Amino acid sequence: MNKFIKKIGLPRLIITLLFVAICISAVVLKLPFGMLASDVIRRFGMFGVLALAMVPSIQCGTGPNFALPIGIICGLLGSLIAIEVGLTSKALGYGFISSVLISLPLAVLTGWVYGLLLNKIKGSEMLVATYTGFSIVSFMQIGWVTLPFRHPEMIWPIGRGLRVTVSLDSTFGEVLNRFWGFKIGSVYIPTGLLLFFFGCCAAVWLFSRSKSGTEMYAAGANPKFAAAAGINVDKNRVLGTILSTVIGAVGIIVYSLSFGYLQLYLAPLYMAFPAVAAVLIGGASTRKVKISHVLIGTFLFQGMLTIAVPVANQMFPEGNLSEVLRQIVQNGIILYALTKVGGES
Amino acid sequence: METEYVLQMKNIEKEYYGNRVLKEVNLSVKPGEIHALIGENGAGKSTLMNVLFGMPVIHSTGGFSGEVCINGEKTEIKSPLQAMEKGIGMVHQEFMLIPEFTITENIKLNREITKDNFLSRIFRNKGLKTLDSRTMNNDARKALDRLGLGIEEWVTVAGLPVGHMQFVEIAREIDKTGLKLLVFDEPTAVLAESEADNLIAGMKRLAASGIAILFITHRLNEVLQAADNITVLRDGEVVAARKKEDTSVAELAELMVGRKIDINGKAEQEDDGLDKDVVLEIKNLHVDMPGEKVKGVNLEVYKGEIFGIGGLAGQGKVGIANGIMGLYPGTGEVLLNGEKLELNNTMGALNKGLAFVSEDRRGVGLLLDSSIELNIAVTTIHVKNKYLRKAGFFDQLDGRAIREHANRMIKDLDIRCTGSHQLTRQLSGGNQQKVCVARALTLDPDVLFVSEPTRGIDIGAKKLVLDLLVKLNKELGMTVVMTSSELVELRSICDRIAIISGGQVEGILKPGDSDRDFGLMMAGEYRKMLSKEAI
Repeated sequence: MNKFIKKIGLPRLIITLLFVAICISAVVLKLPFGMLASDVIRRFGMFGVLALAMVPSIQCGTGPNFALPIGIICGLLGSLIAIEVGLTSKALGYGFISSVLISLPLAVLTGWVYGLLLNKIKGSEMLVATYTGFSIVSFMQIGWVTLPFRHPEMIWPIGRGLRVTVSLDSTFGEVLNRFWGFKIGSVYIPTGLLLFFFGCCAAVWLFSRSKSGTEMYAAGANPKFAAAAGINVDKNRVLGTILSTVIGAVGIIVYSLSFGYLQLYLAPLYMAFPAVAAVLIGGASTRKVKISHVLIGTFLFQGMLTIAVPVANQMFPEGNLSEVLRQIVQNGIILYALTKVGGES
Repeated sequence: METEYVLQMKNIEKEYYGNRVLKEVNLSVKPGEIHALIGENGAGKSTLMNVLFGMPVIHSTGGFSGEVCINGEKTEIKSPLQAMEKGIGMVHQEFMLIPEFTITENIKLNREITKDNFLSRIFRNKGLKTLDSRTMNNDARKALDRLGLGIEEWVTVAGLPVGHMQFVEIAREIDKTGLKLLVFDEPTAVLAESEADNLIAGMKRLAASGIAILFITHRLNEVLQAADNITVLRDGEVVAARKKEDTSVAELAELMVGRKIDINGKAEQEDDGLDKDVVLEIKNLHVDMPGEKVKGVNLEVYKGEIFGIGGLAGQGKVGIANGIMGLYPGTGEVLLNGEKLELNNTMGALNKGLAFVSEDRRGVGLLLDSSIELNIAVTTIHVKNKYLRKAGFFDQLDGRAIREHANRMIKDLDIRCTGSHQLTRQLSGGNQQKVCVARALTLDPDVLFVSEPTRGIDIGAKKLVLDLLVKLNKELGMTVVMTSSELVELRSICDRIAIISGGQVEGILKPGDSDRDFGLMMAGEYRKMLSKEAI
């Protein structure tokens, strides 16, 4: 039994049990199955890429990327610029492809600078990352107001600055979800979204099996070993950080696309935490991660949250208990994982 | 029972995981005596002291057998705190002082003398009492005077010369009331010669006041200078107990090194026409490796030999290979096949045909959470771009080639595992070491550096690893430079052995040379003796 728990991992076990329990209560409460299942699948694809951003950062040895908001802001900027300039033709995926392309150089640049920072503070990456994320979000509060965007769909009709949420209805909203999307019974399968997510996973997996990927893994797994093998540890940490930031940027574009809105201002502040929690639930530690952890973790975590909302609302209609539950699970999982740092021998 | 001894240790035996490290050790120390305990690294000195101090490491590994008597009374010491209460003190090799505190504060740390004030009277709380600085300063002064140290007791420790810090450390011990026995663990290792002389004078003064001193050291001349009686440990056994008058540096050196196993084969083939092509030439190498500083080493390694580097811990032997491989900053000149090797460039060294098996197997040598095959291949992938397939603009690892190679290595080196995908963390020490060697071999090096290949692995596996090195040397003609603390090992497989002392080459010996020469070199006395003899 102990061995079994060890193999599955305590958090994964608890969440799985919770997930099953919630599913059962959803059935008992006669909630609409089709709608819930569609929602679970959609949120799985929607959050997946953000969770995937944790892989390179953990592999290169800087731990879970709590500074994901850096990448997120690059993605948001990319999308805003794409819409502003009007690169939203059908050939550009109604703006999706152009958003990604514009955000890439931004993410590479900021990821590089941030990677250099991380090399100066080895050992306390996670703490610094969290506050770097907070700072950049706060800084952009000013940015969103002062940046010279003119597009009528995204600025306030009166006053100045960007709106808190920018609708993507007229541009690339849901474009991936609808791509080859179909229905099985009452369950909607957003084929394009899932394909894109799996494609990203495959790309990261291929990278991890390449020469650079192997070196990055060695640099993260044991810096001293890597140094003795002539591998430049610092360079690989920067590389991992850049990759993580880039995936984060792509991740938020996919997220917004599926959500239908770009969320500015304070929205990116806590975006890193569900992503971190997801990979940790999936079985990753702060030092070791696989693609399967991303897939399993995102599915369990997002699935549980999606179903928990209506279930909790049915059972306790008075408060927003589901939000509280989300906070408890998410932060509890992160806390649990952090206590495990360096614990295993 | 006789009470003339402060400390008697009788028939002490200790096993670590079936590995006997102490065998029937007897040791007796009288009040006012300076008793020296000497022996090579791993001879059992530290274990014996751990037994004496009741260190947790002893009890957590099954305890020991035999008895310890203090003042003729049989005592069981279960913790270092208890040892302190029984009047046994220790001066550590590394200082345990708080630099920002004054000497007095350091001496009295956690044993502060306090007096009542009105707050502590009201709350009846000990923690609120005022420090009685005057009494504390007086006590500190007394302790310092006993040592003959003239510095003021209110100076902060930071910035004091090393020698003085050591005295503060000693003063702290003697300030404890009821101190009967003071253990010095290699106290002179960090000191300059004049400071060491001061220390010895201080020790003598202490002994004259009736405190017994147990003096652990490698420096043989200091032993004769300071000690009244000398006990020599080797491989966990007391090989000799001598009075100072009856012995000499040369004899102690011989006793300390003495050899049990025979040299197998290597000595016979002396002068078998080794072609004396110099493959590696080291000129004036300095390496700044903490704890193993190299201070100007000159060596020549011939093609096709097994070259041993020996010496005591901390003398710099480990730093040589680390410096050449660029893992620690170094200066000097290293020529490989007549070509100059750039220092501080690991990639360059690996590219030029050097490979290195680190002394820190688990820390530097392995990716513990990765498979055997990845561990074996990863350095070669990086350095030589081997085991890769082109796939579009991505290069991909060639899983099949890696696995084939790993399986061949597993077979050739006889790595015991469940398969090439097993995590190295799960392997035994000896097999982990073989994985490290396999990784180095995969690079197809001209010269293989191996540091402490048998550290922390059991005796059976030790022999296998050594045999492996000999086999590589004989069958592939590979030049091997092996660094080891275990002289026996070096003498059993090497063609020539350089002994490092004080960061420099003390001398180069053949495995068949006398124990006396090895011992003298290890103790750093060889050159001194030679120059004396010359006069």
